[in-house]
Amino acid sequence: MSDIHANSVAFVRTEEVPTAPPPSNAAGPAKWIKDNLFATPLNGLLTLVALYFIYAILSSALPWILGGIWNAPSLSACRDILDGASAACFAVLTERWNQLLFGFQYPDDQYWRPGLAFILLFIAAAPVLFFDLPRKLLAFTALYPFIAYYLLWGGTIFVPILALVGVAGGFMVYQRLVAGSFAAGFFGGIAAAFAIWYIGGLLIPDNASENAALSAVPSRYMGGFMLNMMLGVTCVSLSVPIGIALALGRQSSMPLIKWICVIFIEFIRGVPLITLLFVANVMLAYFFPPGSGVDLFLRVVIMITMFSAAYIAEVIRGGLAALPKGQYEAADSLGLDYAQAMRLIILPQALKISIPGIVNVAVGLFKDTTLVSVISMFDMIGMIRGPILASTEWNGVYWELFGFAALLFFVVCYGISQYSQWLERRLATDHR
Amino acid sequence: MKKSVILGALTIAGLSAGAAAAGTLDDVKARGKLNCGVTTGLVGFAAPDANGEWKGFDVAVCRAVAAAVLNDPNAVEFVPTTGKTRFTALASGEIDMLARNTTWTFSRDVDLKFTFTGVNYYDGQGFMVPKALGVSSAKDLDGATVCIQTGTTTELNLADFFRANNISYEPVPIETNAEGQQQYLAGACDTYTTDASGLASTRATFENPGDHVLLPEIISKEPLGPLVRHGDDEWGDVVRWTLNALVTAEELGVTSTNINEMAASTENPEVARLLGTEGTLGEMLGLDADWAKRAIAAGGNYGEVFAKNIGEETPIGLARGLNAQWTNGGLIYSPPFR
Amino acid sequence: MTTLTDPPRESFNLSMLINDTRYRSTTFQVLAFILLSLSVGYLYSNLAANLQAQGLRIDFSFLGAPAGYDINQRLIEYTSQSTNARAAIVGILNTLLVAFLACLMATIFGVLAGVLRLSKNWLVSKIMAFYVEIFRNIPVLIWILIIYGIMTVVLPGPREFRGDNPTSTMLLDLFAFTNRGVYIPAPVWGPGSMVVVATFIASVIGVIGYRRYATKLLYDTGRLLPMGWPSLAIFFVPTLLMFFLMGMPIGLDVPALKGFNFQGGIKIGAPLIAIWFALSIYTGAFIAENVRAGIQAVSRGQTEAASALGLRSGRVMSLVVLPQALRVIIPPLISQYLNITKNSSLAILVGYADVTATLGGITLNQTGRAIECVVLMMLFYLTISLLISAVMNVYNKSVALKER
Repeated sequence: MSDIHANSVAFVRTEEVPTAPPPSNAAGPAKWIKDNLFATPLNGLLTLVALYFIYAILSSALPWILGGIWNAPSLSACRDILDGASAACFAVLTERWNQLLFGFQYPDDQYWRPGLAFILLFIAAAPVLFFDLPRKLLAFTALYPFIAYYLLWGGTIFVPILALVGVAGGFMVYQRLVAGSFAAGFFGGIAAAFAIWYIGGLLIPDNASENAALSAVPSRYMGGFMLNMMLGVTCVSLSVPIGIALALGRQSSMPLIKWICVIFIEFIRGVPLITLLFVANVMLAYFFPPGSGVDLFLRVVIMITMFSAAYIAEVIRGGLAALPKGQYEAADSLGLDYAQAMRLIILPQALKISIPGIVNVAVGLFKDTTLVSVISMFDMIGMIRGPILASTEWNGVYWELFGFAALLFFVVCYGISQYSQWLERRLATDHR
Repeated sequence: MKKSVILGALTIAGLSAGAAAAGTLDDVKARGKLNCGVTTGLVGFAAPDANGEWKGFDVAVCRAVAAAVLNDPNAVEFVPTTGKTRFTALASGEIDMLARNTTWTFSRDVDLKFTFTGVNYYDGQGFMVPKALGVSSAKDLDGATVCIQTGTTTELNLADFFRANNISYEPVPIETNAEGQQQYLAGACDTYTTDASGLASTRATFENPGDHVLLPEIISKEPLGPLVRHGDDEWGDVVRWTLNALVTAEELGVTSTNINEMAASTENPEVARLLGTEGTLGEMLGLDADWAKRAIAAGGNYGEVFAKNIGEETPIGLARGLNAQWTNGGLIYSPPFR
Repeated sequence: MTTLTDPPRESFNLSMLINDTRYRSTTFQVLAFILLSLSVGYLYSNLAANLQAQGLRIDFSFLGAPAGYDINQRLIEYTSQSTNARAAIVGILNTLLVAFLACLMATIFGVLAGVLRLSKNWLVSKIMAFYVEIFRNIPVLIWILIIYGIMTVVLPGPREFRGDNPTSTMLLDLFAFTNRGVYIPAPVWGPGSMVVVATFIASVIGVIGYRRYATKLLYDTGRLLPMGWPSLAIFFVPTLLMFFLMGMPIGLDVPALKGFNFQGGIKIGAPLIAIWFALSIYTGAFIAENVRAGIQAVSRGQTEAASALGLRSGRVMSLVVLPQALRVIIPPLISQYLNITKNSSLAILVGYADVTATLGGITLNQTGRAIECVVLMMLFYLTISLLISAVMNVYNKSVALKER
């Protein structure tokens, strides 16, 4: 039997054949390269061109960067060290590090103050940016503006405390009156805050700043990357509420208010930021009471805030328009009045849709803060183009400085836009 | 800046608007600080050094005025201004005086309503060319590309000069001195033109200053001096006579080192009047008797300020030339203290 | 106020102004109006008081006075004796010129980068992603300064073309790339050149006619005529024939180094190139993102359906994907054009004589008329922006989905 069986079936396999590896050009890196780089002749050509391009850039840039000199007191000393070789003089960065970050007038023994304010900024921003964090952290966020103000400007501690008390007082009045009507609460709150500030302002003694724990630093002394950060953060956070108000105003059924908002938004969006900065610099002074002397920083903050508010208003308008009409009708049918409908139903949804757009505006605005260098403010670019390049020591260093500035801005802006993309994925609640 | 930003905002809200148009002198005294407009950075005239301290020839004028009025040469708030913003800053009261190598011209004086309080530097617009170009006169520059630093009277002078000589040129306007230098050194323009003092200070920072020459032509008159708002004559007088005090001090041999001995033991009646040991000049000006003494002690007399900031010992290396005392054949001349 | 029109059933009391929806909107508008007039009045009175205190007044007569400065880049006749108004117009034209050129170039960069970013080639798509990210996240101001600096340093000065053994030579002996600008040959119109030009125009019309005919034939009969090479032939052959027949009447004025600079030919100044290139490459990164989003917005089903119909891949792109993608791409594209126009005001950094540099720069410096100059400048930009917005609205209406 066994013979028969042995004859009828020549061979019976008792174990599985081991899986043979795929041919070498159909697996592993080789396949990847073939599929992704040399799929077609044209594709292969593109790859070669791209490779050459990368080589050309790296071969000239890398030696320049790697051979850089990090320690020299001046450009001529750096050139002596290099002795004819072509390499970077990064020494300008180390030598002028503080100037690049803080401007040239901020007192050097006080650098820890902006540093601390910068670190606290992350703690304050965290609960706003990441919804999973405990909501109690928002209390710190609310306090942050006053802390940061005190840290950066110093002077008497009464000013931020008074400002805080004013805001708190206004908020309490709002809480009390809002049950009756939103408008009454809102305007009542503002009036209360102003009343507290006005009375408090009279109480603060004139010379309070002189022996303050943190010495007062005038805003003219702010400079460098710190100034860019300050302008960016202040103007974006101020312009979000104004932008919401403008967007709602633009949708309003009241013709007068609607037209005021439309004209404002279209006007601001129609002119370049640089002309608005010219206005801040050369014109705005004529519109303040004679002798009031509002400082340049505040004037620039006003103009940039107006600028970004107009853009944010348009983003939010897009968000409002994207909401289905049913949401508005649902709110009405519940018997909510306008303020309630907006606060409880419409805005939370519209803002959620608008967040990526708002972040885009914020990134654009942060980049645009460099324009203040054109109107004689010493932000990072202003420092480079002004005091540093004009100095006898560092006259003639361009690439190192601009490269560093570009890198710094890239890190910040790229970080924010990555966050925005993460948030977009996070907030996507639509069905897929 | 005692007023905080928030209080400043309230000021805009009109809650504490006011500050009636008292004289600038009273304002400055009340504030305890002099707001002085300077350039955003021109080495030798006004530029922050590595420690962030403002240094320079124009800065010294500000400090002298602050010393005279406020008894503290450091009680100055330096406000950097560009060519565009300087006049508005002064007109709107943001600054009390402007010491920013500004040329005294008819229209600025009359049409823009400013008062020039004197001349602290007689300048003129010149040309710098590479030696290799083989040009020996500005009239050889037919068809050349000219880098101009904008924001002063330079564009107008240049246009006038080339028009008058019936030769053509291509202007390349440049925002800052550093960029002008970059363009010039890279050969993007054949010649670089700005005030001769600026050219000298720019050339001093070159790798090979010897490869570049300043052409002999000076194509314009640029009397540079501090200016104040029109119509506030008391304040104008303070600035004018502070500058004159520096000049007179040099003429009379009063320096920052010998000023105390001079004050104590001088026989010269004019020195005595200047230093306040005789007469009531300070009182007439609305200041105390020692005002000029403090102004001179702050940074030295005119000659000392010149030598310290832009003189031949410095990297800028400017000769006194027109800016010598009249007794040495220059134009620096102060009316008498009497 | 409005109580008269509504028959009062209950007595009117003040709280109704806020609480009653009938009156509330009127109340708010009146309040807003009062606030607005108060603040405008306040600002105006401050302005008047400030001007009064300095003995100044708003006065536009400086526009008629001679400007006194020269401009190197001008599209219309201008000398230093021309008026400030004319200098402003030169600036306006320069702004429009650079904005137009940069819009064209940015579109090319953007479309190229956007399409390549979707390429299946890993390396190319990564390089394009890198390009987009690096340009989007660094301020345009820094890019302008860097690009102008690179141009100045990398390109040779005219000096280097001089001598028997120059370090730089002209490309094909026709083009000179220097750090003062690019010099290209200019055509010289000899006698008979009009005939050549006329032939050229006629052949352009011929090409359009041919393509129309081919499309019509395709739709009517389904016959597909070749498009590419006949168009090229109609475009070039008659003109070239006529050119040689007439005895080559159009010559070239080749730039040559004379004195300090190249003379002859057409000069495209370095500042123009720098701001043009900087704006194009910066905005190109934004446009690339729009293009990518637009192409990705067309659902795969469309492509698959088109393939199922038997269209070749080129036709799938041109007949199905692109028309739908354009609807998504063009609105943000136009706002990028708006951004280019506004960002061109940074031309002042490279010494390009746009309106910010003439009217808002030198004229402002020289006359000291800050308010007047800034107001005029804002009016100009506002007009341009509104015009571009109007174009955008018209376009949006024309491509809006017709929903039935």
